[in-house]
Amino acid sequence: MGRTQDKPYFVTYSHDLEEPGNLEIETKTALAQPGGGDRFGATAVEFEYGTRAWWTTELYLDGQATGNDSTVFTGWRLENRLRPLMRDHAINPVFYVEYENTSGADKTILEVVGHDGQSDLAPPNGTLRQEHQHEAELKLILSSNVKDWNLSENFIAEKNLGHEPWEFGYAIGATRPLRSAGSGRACTFCAEKFIAGAEAYGGLGDTSALTLRETSHYIAPLIGWQLPKGVRLSLSPGFGLTDASFTRVYRVGLAFEFEQIGQWFHASNGGGQ
Amino acid sequence: MMQRSLAVLLMTLSAAVALGAASASHWEGIPARDHARSNPLAGQDEAIHAGAVVYRDHCQQCHKANAEGDGKKHPPLRSQPIRSASDGDLEWFLRQGDLRRGMPSWSSLPVAQRWQLVAYLRSIQ
Repeated sequence: MGRTQDKPYFVTYSHDLEEPGNLEIETKTALAQPGGGDRFGATAVEFEYGTRAWWTTELYLDGQATGNDSTVFTGWRLENRLRPLMRDHAINPVFYVEYENTSGADKTILEVVGHDGQSDLAPPNGTLRQEHQHEAELKLILSSNVKDWNLSENFIAEKNLGHEPWEFGYAIGATRPLRSAGSGRACTFCAEKFIAGAEAYGGLGDTSALTLRETSHYIAPLIGWQLPKGVRLSLSPGFGLTDASFTRVYRVGLAFEFEQIGQWFHASNGGGQ
Repeated sequence: MMQRSLAVLLMTLSAAVALGAASASHWEGIPARDHARSNPLAGQDEAIHAGAVVYRDHCQQCHKANAEGDGKKHPPLRSQPIRSASDGDLEWFLRQGDLRRGMPSWSSLPVAQRWQLVAYLRSIQ
């Protein structure tokens, strides 16, 4: 069975971690069109494993297809999220560390930092692929659960390990289930199966130009729907707030959780006897 | 002979003290305010039924359908520590989890669903 409390955030992280031993596979797709460029659809396939109750590891594989151009694999990311405090508090910090090995053609827009803008993704894939993004990313995730609401704030620092300066960004979000109490029915369309909310995210400049000038910012309503058999669907239309932003970014997420896969391996090693 | 009897008595007493401490330690450190909270849905059939669905969705994968645990890392929930806990203790524990021992925090579950789960756990003791 799936988890109904998963938030439908695409960019923001809450302090929810994967349950230990569980593996969630999720696709996150972004659809957009830069000014002067062609429409694209970019997908990140995410493998999220609960290593411990306080530690989650994720692997992303990214690719994209651009109209009148090509379909390309754009790279991979490995991330770890760690909860340093073992109790739930009013504000819960999580440390996030990511290594990213992607090309400039990566269009998944899973975070916005520095002076990222729509014009960066307008050139043809052949040109964009020549840029190699060999990056480290750190996030401080702060998150609270208050009266069925989740409120999350993320502060992002990203560095191209080659030559670029540190770039900064933010993401904030709030979600709430449409109904708090469980109905006790095995239903698909019950209100408790839906979570609604919104997130906002954008760039905060970099160490060589720590300014909001020519940065991108977005606001995006969110809806999450827990379907039968552990499948979760998330939808979000995002709206750009500055000239540097895409006018609109539509996102679709589809997730499936495999429970206690760690025990499958223990059993095959004789540990289950 | 007397020394042997004394040793057996001491060992028995030590074991009894250790068992008592282990039972109490489950709920030590819970704030008095949380300990004293009562379940607003206690004994309601609808809440127990809804709690069973919450259990199936979130708890069964580790603690098994019969709530007897897996005999290894995941303990049984039909047990003396659960029976000895107050409703407030159980809701607090669900909210906090025990991250070091692998129990996730369920603070992201709506409050009403945590109380429904407590009602269900009470019903299966």
